[in-house]
Amino acid sequence: MSEPWQEPIDERPKEQKPQEPRQFREVSHSIPKIEGKGLVTGRPAYTDDFAPRDALYVALVRSPHAFARIKSIDASKALALPGVACVITGKDIVRIPYTRAGQGDPEPSPRDKFILDEYVRYVGDEVAIVAAEDEATARKASSLIQVSYEVFESVLDFEKSIDNPIVIHPEQEIREMFPIGFEPRRNIASSYEMNVGDVGAELAKSDVVVAKSFLTQAQSHVAMEPHTAFSYLDLHGRLVIYTSTQNPFHTRRILAQALDMPLKDIRIVKPRIGGGFGSKQHIHIEPFVALVTLRTGRPARLALSRKEVFESTFTRHQMRISMRAGANRDGTLNVLDMNVLSNTGAYGEHALTSFMVVGSKSLPLYNKVKAVHFGGNVVYTNKVSAGAFRGYGAVQGNFAIESTVDELAHALGMDPIAFREKNMIQEGEKSEVFRIMGEGGEGVDMAIESCKLNYCIKRGKELIGWDPKRLAWESAPGKVRAKGMAIAMQGSGIPLVDMGSATLTLQDGGWFTLRVGATDLGTGSDTIMVQIAAEELGVPFSTISVYSSDTDNTPFDVGAYASSTTYVSGNAVLDAARKMKKVMIDAVAEHYGCEADMIGFDGANFMAEDGSVLVSLRDLSFDTLYHNGEHMKTLTATGSYTGPKSPPPYMAGFAEIEVDTETGKVDLLNYVAVVDCGTPINPNLARVQAEGGLLQGIGMALFENVQYTEKGRLLTNTIMSYPIPSREDVGKITVELAPSFEPSGPFGAKSIGEIGIDTPPAAIANAIRNAIGVRLTETPFTPERVLMAIRKAAQGQA
Amino acid sequence: MNLNVNINGVARVLACNAGDMLCDALRSAGYTEVKKGCGTGNCGVCTILLDGVPVPSCSTIAGKADGREITTIRGLEKEASEFADFLVAEGADQCGFCTPGFTMMVLAMKRELVSPSEGEIRHYLSGNLCRCSGYEGHLRAIKKYLEASRE
Ligand code: FES
Ligand code: FES
Repeated sequence: MSEPWQEPIDERPKEQKPQEPRQFREVSHSIPKIEGKGLVTGRPAYTDDFAPRDALYVALVRSPHAFARIKSIDASKALALPGVACVITGKDIVRIPYTRAGQGDPEPSPRDKFILDEYVRYVGDEVAIVAAEDEATARKASSLIQVSYEVFESVLDFEKSIDNPIVIHPEQEIREMFPIGFEPRRNIASSYEMNVGDVGAELAKSDVVVAKSFLTQAQSHVAMEPHTAFSYLDLHGRLVIYTSTQNPFHTRRILAQALDMPLKDIRIVKPRIGGGFGSKQHIHIEPFVALVTLRTGRPARLALSRKEVFESTFTRHQMRISMRAGANRDGTLNVLDMNVLSNTGAYGEHALTSFMVVGSKSLPLYNKVKAVHFGGNVVYTNKVSAGAFRGYGAVQGNFAIESTVDELAHALGMDPIAFREKNMIQEGEKSEVFRIMGEGGEGVDMAIESCKLNYCIKRGKELIGWDPKRLAWESAPGKVRAKGMAIAMQGSGIPLVDMGSATLTLQDGGWFTLRVGATDLGTGSDTIMVQIAAEELGVPFSTISVYSSDTDNTPFDVGAYASSTTYVSGNAVLDAARKMKKVMIDAVAEHYGCEADMIGFDGANFMAEDGSVLVSLRDLSFDTLYHNGEHMKTLTATGSYTGPKSPPPYMAGFAEIEVDTETGKVDLLNYVAVVDCGTPINPNLARVQAEGGLLQGIGMALFENVQYTEKGRLLTNTIMSYPIPSREDVGKITVELAPSFEPSGPFGAKSIGEIGIDTPPAAIANAIRNAIGVRLTETPFTPERVLMAIRKAAQGQA
Repeated sequence: MNLNVNINGVARVLACNAGDMLCDALRSAGYTEVKKGCGTGNCGVCTILLDGVPVPSCSTIAGKADGREITTIRGLEKEASEFADFLVAEGADQCGFCTPGFTMMVLAMKRELVSPSEGEIRHYLSGNLCRCSGYEGHLRAIKKYLEASRE
């Protein structure tokens, strides 16, 4: 029974059929990304590369005020400009509250945004839409539109938002779709509380208690391709939108709701996209091109400028996290208490979900505590809205917990690694938190079937040269080198919420098309989906052609977010491939009048029980499409998957830094990360995902310093003023993958998209603590902050 | 206004407005391989060669190109495709939006520097940002590519 084709097709539901680790043919190989060469050589690939040449250019008039009411808009000068096709204001469209968060139905985010409203709630909020024959005219026209505002005082400090007399969302029509703790009168977009055990009593009983408050910044995504879309009406009069989106199906649904259009009249297509990281998990631009096309009947295109991307798309949620934790002298962690205040900016996209993840993707790391509390509020301010960003909530939570745990180890005089190892989650265990907290609702009660944290730590220690007796040393006068580490977990999709599907079809000539709703953001998921299909079908990788992310032409998928694609969409492809094998074998059985379970398939030929070839795949394809008379048919199968659980990947991250004690500058010399992502379907692509995630986490920890003016205008609105890490900014990054196998994943895979970003803020803070003896609690760790900390410590000692 | 330029070896007339940036003029003329990431000269994704010298086309006034030679990544297809083999073999290509500009710069570096050290590579390419990859895979690919082309 060693040949794959001899395996009987197992009809039991997949959750009853755990997979075993084995040798793979296609999976677990670093196959180059299919579109890789085409992209390097500059072939047309991204949305704007395909924009119709006769499309109108769309430009937006944006609010210069953080909070104001539009008294009047005079577009006469703009309309008089030759080449201007139309100006659309709030008065021209139906006022329908919606959310720009690309989430499932009903959305866990409040519907608190209007495409164009009478009120503007942050600098950059949309006021009017202009369309013209060329870009320069559109921009010129937008500057000629005269808007008169009644300017209000604004709420910029999120710690002063709750019950502030200034109410950011007084409007009646906005609402939550189900209870999310929405109290707009109090400037609260969402709130949440959970509790297990008696936190107060456990803190009182603990030998050592650490209480610290952490503040994380509103990081910007800076995906290299700005948000871009174009729209047109097809021959049937339907609205077609090509857009740089991470979730075509959610975009279609939400757009239909916001425009009050039938879903069937909209088609969304996602070409290649130039990076997402969550920034494109939102409806930012589609409504504007759509409105222009619907109004004029003409194609319309919009590519945001980089300044607009900074000022008017989303950021990471800024958070204040107050931690209390208690442990016994013997190193037993007893209790974790986490109070969080999150800043959602002007609108509440992902308010609740990103908030819950702060706890749900960090607290289970220490699942043996006797008591745990998590809770707090997500508040509105008159700043750029926050939304989804790789590792949302998790990276903030990780920074708070992994800093606190490290501080506890210091207080106990223990090696921070030994302390973690004693308390952290292990394979086969559960966490109450999994059951209680999901993303926007209750969680699922799951046991951890794969967790190689022990290995990750052991291997990471070797690679970084961890010696608990030498975690900091003077490397030169005024320079201190130090090491620090953190562990992390993520998820693999949102259980019982995220769903993906895939359709395989046999084509004449004996090859397959694979259509997936899944959305490749540059991660390589198209390649990975083909690898999974090829592995299961037993056919070569090269015989499958993939087409993805088109709401008319690919089956449903929620899209790429929450580390879901490999696990959720990959499992859907696996399901489709299993069904496809059965469909083909049934067709052979029908034609040859033999029993289906006697027929084998080796990837090229179908064979009888005695091994003799019945028909080749190629001939079967021609027979079923051209030769079989009344039995002719298309052989196709669709698979779907929704995870009953969300197996976490794990990571141990280690930072080696050098602090210049004169200037406060922190140089990252070496970052080592060992990750358990289950079977890597494509090891090279898994590694680069981890490397890229780490660098974004490093950027958050050291460089990306968001600044506003006193009036609430974003100052860091260019790549110059908001420098993301360059090649020269960090030393070495080393990523290794731990041998691991997740029984519920496709061929043992979990996820890797987000986990990389989680550890750097805490690991670097822990290294700085070792270097200078002071705990930094606010990201990023700029030279000024480090220097202040050094000075404060020196004063304390004097 | 009309510019007489030679793009990838072909004489062309580029129509543009005074004040247009070269990047926009090229994209409007169908050279969509020239990407635009920041428009302020800070990311390098719009890199082209002007008379053989790499420049950010987003911050180069189109008029400056009049009478000159422009090379985009399509004009270096053979070389670019050789480098691409190394990049994709490393799995270092992610969304790919930075790659045409970054590859132009790698090819320029190869012509300019003999056996560059790791530090020199990082420095030469420091203006070419990538938000996806973490740069490590790029570095592995560049080293292997340079090594192979020396052989
Ligand atoms: S687009 Fe030219 S440097 Fe960024
Ligand atoms: S691969 Fe996406 S920016 Fe470099």
